[in-house]
Amino acid sequence: MQFYGTELTSRLFLGTAQYPSPKVLCEAITASGTEVITVSLRRESAAGAGTGFWQMLRQTGARILPNTAGCHTVQEAVTTAQMAREVFDTDWIKLEVIGHADSLQPDVFALVEAARILSGDGFKVFPYTTEDLVVGEHLLEAGCEVLMPWGAPIGSGQGLRNPDGLRAMRAHFPDTPLVVDAGIGRPSDAAAAMELGLDAVLLNTAVAKAGDPIAMAQAMAQAVRAGQIGYAADPMPRRDMAVPSTPVLGLADLK
Amino acid sequence: MITIAGAGLAGLASAYELLQRGAEVTLFEQGAGPGAASVARFAGGMLAPYCERESAEEEVITLGSRAFEWWAKITPVHRRGTLVVAPRRDRAELTRFARRTRGHQLLEGGEIAELEPALSGRFASGLFFEDEAHLDPRRALCDLSTAVENLGGEIRYDTPAPTRVDLDCTGMAAALPKLRPVRGEMVILHCPEVEISRTLRLLHPRIPLYLVPRDDQHFMIGATMVESNSSRPASLRSVTELLSAAFALHPAFGEASVVELGAGLRPAFADNLPRLFERDGVLHLNGLYRHGFLLAPAMAQRAAARLMPQTAQTPAMERTG
Repeated sequence: MQFYGTELTSRLFLGTAQYPSPKVLCEAITASGTEVITVSLRRESAAGAGTGFWQMLRQTGARILPNTAGCHTVQEAVTTAQMAREVFDTDWIKLEVIGHADSLQPDVFALVEAARILSGDGFKVFPYTTEDLVVGEHLLEAGCEVLMPWGAPIGSGQGLRNPDGLRAMRAHFPDTPLVVDAGIGRPSDAAAAMELGLDAVLLNTAVAKAGDPIAMAQAMAQAVRAGQIGYAADPMPRRDMAVPSTPVLGLADLK
Repeated sequence: MITIAGAGLAGLASAYELLQRGAEVTLFEQGAGPGAASVARFAGGMLAPYCERESAEEEVITLGSRAFEWWAKITPVHRRGTLVVAPRRDRAELTRFARRTRGHQLLEGGEIAELEPALSGRFASGLFFEDEAHLDPRRALCDLSTAVENLGGEIRYDTPAPTRVDLDCTGMAAALPKLRPVRGEMVILHCPEVEISRTLRLLHPRIPLYLVPRDDQHFMIGATMVESNSSRPASLRSVTELLSAAFALHPAFGEASVVELGAGLRPAFADNLPRLFERDGVLHLNGLYRHGFLLAPAMAQRAAARLMPQTAQTPAMERTG
């Protein structure tokens, strides 16, 4: 699967906020084997050479996917994306336009508008969206080649709140890379997302706020891999009755 | 004669330790007076190693456990413990905090009210870290400056350091590789209506806050943690978050006067732990991060032992790096 023409081996994208220290963060990145890390850009830092924190992130060797976290309007998101392109020297942008301060639910109308502006400006947009199919279509029309539906609200750790919606999205967009973004709490959630046939998982808090972020990064990577292989291996269907795995035919009839 | 660049927390504490060992010490300080240019002015002044352990390495406890005694010789230290509470819907945060820390006891609502009557009926449960304390950072910086001068140390204010000093304690100004700024913003409130006598921490998944009482019904509320090199004044977003969290702690803070908004850059290394190391023939003490008052005494003792090995009182176990 290619994401804007880039082949990624690891299907785990890792956020870089809220870790106990940058040292732990860098070790978690290494342990997870992730090739893509998201970085939030505070506009106040964009002037000057950037922070020491960013320099550490650049040195991890992972591809940086800057995000527009905390932006509530189209203009804010566009400005932040443009700054991020300068600072990190990449045309990848994770587009977040928040519609509601408490649920951090995306404002899908502003999202589509910002995606259109940024795609037109040459950005490769990774939009943080809901599982709504029509919104997904509008995002593709706006120029996006990847969709990132939420699993659950950002930072909630609830797992996949609407697996049927995600499954429908997979069926509706069979050729578009789909990344579950937000809501993952445990490795089993990450595996479940991949078992639905989605292409990657983006998570942050579940690793950053774990008691041992490095071990959790490793667990998430393994869960993503297991789910990915499991989906490709075509799992057996669910049945509502037991089906013995050893044949009954030929058993001795002792009556 | 030992020369020190920077009369902030690290420089003053090191000078104090060196003077105790009989050295002659001169500090060079860019600021105009005691603590005037020190980022420690904006600190909470918590001596809270057990709470900090929630997100910091074990060293904050091993290095910080003697800070109370050290500071108590210099400035008033209020050993009243730390009370950690969470809003009802964030009860899970309290459980998580308890699991990640030690040295606490679980309190029910009634016990919280006994400790802090102002919080009566507001929180159903909390954690009490009895062995923690707080001090007033600005007073402590002044008292420590006075103590240094009383011991014969010389502090030259408004004076750039010579190119070569024995010990560099200039924080972010030292421009060391791998030293990064972590911006913090804080608020000072004056609120005659609320009586709170110990440090409070309000756990919240997005806006964790602490409140440290100061003299005369003043309260310091902090602090944001932003990976940023900007030294602009506190942002509206941060101030809004800090103030609404204070309001959640007690609605009477709605009537408080906002006395001060502050912002500063904490110097930090990649593991957020301080370091003592030699570079180009100069000893550096830096990276106190958000643990300045807690870790400065132990790090200063190590710096003094390194500069005056013949008088070392503790085995040299410096962190190098």
